[in-house]
Amino acid sequence: MNTLTRHTGLLAAYRRPTAARGPLVLWALAAALALSLLWSAGQGAYGLPLSQLPGLLAGALSSLPGEPSSAELVFFHIRLPRLVLAVAAGAALGLAGALMQGLFRNPLADPGLIGVSSGAALAAGVTIVLGAAWFPDWPRALGSWTLVLMAFGGGLAVTALIHALAQSDGGTRVGLMLLAGVAINALAGAGLGLLSFLATDEQLRNLQFWLLGSLGGARWSAVLLVCAVAALALLAGLRQARALNALALGEAQATMLGVRVEALNRQAVLVTALAVGAVTATTGIIGFIGLVAPHMVRLLAGPDHRWVLPGSALLGAVLVLLADALARTLLAPAELPLGVITALIGVPFFLALLRSAHGRSL
Amino acid sequence: MTTPSSPTRRRCLGAAGAALASVWLPAARVQAAAPAQPLPRLVTVGGGITEVVYALQAQDQLVGTDTTSLYPEAAQLTPKVGYLRQLSAEGLLALRPQAVIAPSDAGPPVVLDQLRSAGVQLELVPSTHDWTEVQRKVAAVGRASHRAGAALALQARLDQDWAETQNRVRRHSTAAPRALFVMAHSGSATVSGQQTAAHAMLTLAGARNALTSFNGYRPMTAEAMAAAAPDVIVTTRQSLDATGGEAAFWQRPELALTPAWRRRSEANTLVVLDALELLGFGPRLPQVVWHLHQQLVRT
Repeated sequence: MNTLTRHTGLLAAYRRPTAARGPLVLWALAAALALSLLWSAGQGAYGLPLSQLPGLLAGALSSLPGEPSSAELVFFHIRLPRLVLAVAAGAALGLAGALMQGLFRNPLADPGLIGVSSGAALAAGVTIVLGAAWFPDWPRALGSWTLVLMAFGGGLAVTALIHALAQSDGGTRVGLMLLAGVAINALAGAGLGLLSFLATDEQLRNLQFWLLGSLGGARWSAVLLVCAVAALALLAGLRQARALNALALGEAQATMLGVRVEALNRQAVLVTALAVGAVTATTGIIGFIGLVAPHMVRLLAGPDHRWVLPGSALLGAVLVLLADALARTLLAPAELPLGVITALIGVPFFLALLRSAHGRSL
Repeated sequence: MTTPSSPTRRRCLGAAGAALASVWLPAARVQAAAPAQPLPRLVTVGGGITEVVYALQAQDQLVGTDTTSLYPEAAQLTPKVGYLRQLSAEGLLALRPQAVIAPSDAGPPVVLDQLRSAGVQLELVPSTHDWTEVQRKVAAVGRASHRAGAALALQARLDQDWAETQNRVRRHSTAAPRALFVMAHSGSATVSGQQTAAHAMLTLAGARNALTSFNGYRPMTAEAMAAAAPDVIVTTRQSLDATGGEAAFWQRPELALTPAWRRRSEANTLVVLDALELLGFGPRLPQVVWHLHQQLVRT
């Protein structure tokens, strides 16, 4: 009992300096999200300024019979699903990044480390390159869902494999999981290399574009599925904040503070695999959001996971929204791959942040 | 305002300006430039299809093309809708086309569905790498541009050219040379096996593809090239430019063990054609096949 109070005291001390800034940062990020949503809604190749939106919304709500105008069609069936998908995908990636960095207690961790991205990529590669030869009947029944389902399944399967490899003495060893993740990712990379050797020119281009990510395939059915998964992930993920704070002191200390480390590990990995798997299966690989968002929030609000987890979700959503708005408009009427933008803008900004903070938060 | 330019010239400048603006400016709005147009506005994807539009004199209806539409040069000034498998629904609709003409492997499928539901007529032409592909392109552009009559006339002329080319190739052929198609648009080189546009062109021009053991394109390796033993190498002008000229091209170590390399100084064993000409399967196909044939047998 004595030890426990001493450790809770220690935990409080660790939180104190930035605790007051946490809520403020969250409110600011929420405001930033609302503003970027509004701004992105008015951006696009099709001339549809923000001032027309109220009219469009009123028109849609009045539900007059007749054909929708092409402006209505562009906004409600092309642009709006993309905006919603950007928010859901960004939130899921940001949250997953924060969970992984908290779980591994390693600033380099990102959702890809547990194999969900490389597994999805490998399965997508198999579908694109070998699908026509191995399972030609699937596309007839499932259409473009074939790729989505395969990628989601591949992400979960590889995550499960890495998690299984990290089991020893009846528990998960986080260090082992990190190394197994690196190794299996390299193996998946080799598999992708083999597939691109076997691929025809068209298949190769398809695979390359998939690996760079895009929200261009957003349609309501897929978007709502991703939203549902992202919402569940947020609910489950945000509840881990206190446990992750305790874990920051080390596994032994966390156990003494009453955290069930094994259950925490399993839940964090499952939430990440489901959320990132669903996003990646729909959009392809969107890099850097999971790595960058938690770091930026930590620089603003401090290391307390009660703020880092929701903050990373909010910031991830803002970043993906803005990156996609640029991807849609920079070369209109053509479109840039989203992964190119997130890396081009994310990386220099991230490096500048790290240099200015002298790696204090690390 | 003292020297008013002619209305046609002004319209041309306006159109070119709009084309440039929509390529370079974010969220460019194109609708302002176009005058009331009775004929449908078209977007074409694929160099061969764009050439058909120009052959039908329908270029005034053309409001966008893809990055492979490089011929004629005027096509390069149209707004570019990007790569054929990565089209953008909103980007395309912003050009307000009534019809989009593309190869049947254009995509992604979700975007094609969105275009259909926006009431855009989609003409998808399968890439069969034969004469019917050209015929289908002419028919598709004719339908989409409401110039069916002109398309029939063009088709008749092209069919005649094609029959003539085929006859001449057949009569002219002695022994079919073993030919190897090499493409090196970036550092590493790939060679064409069976079932590609390059393979079809070699066959149509009366040569035999030296590579028979695989389909599609593969990286070029020295041993496989020695085993294939091509008498003549066919490549694209773009490959030669990327490699740094003919002399540099022959320096590629993969080619050093081939008959074509050994005979390179006594006979012209390197045939160079423009990539779009060679692989585009457009209305220039009869002339291109005849030109390729002449170069191949001259070796």
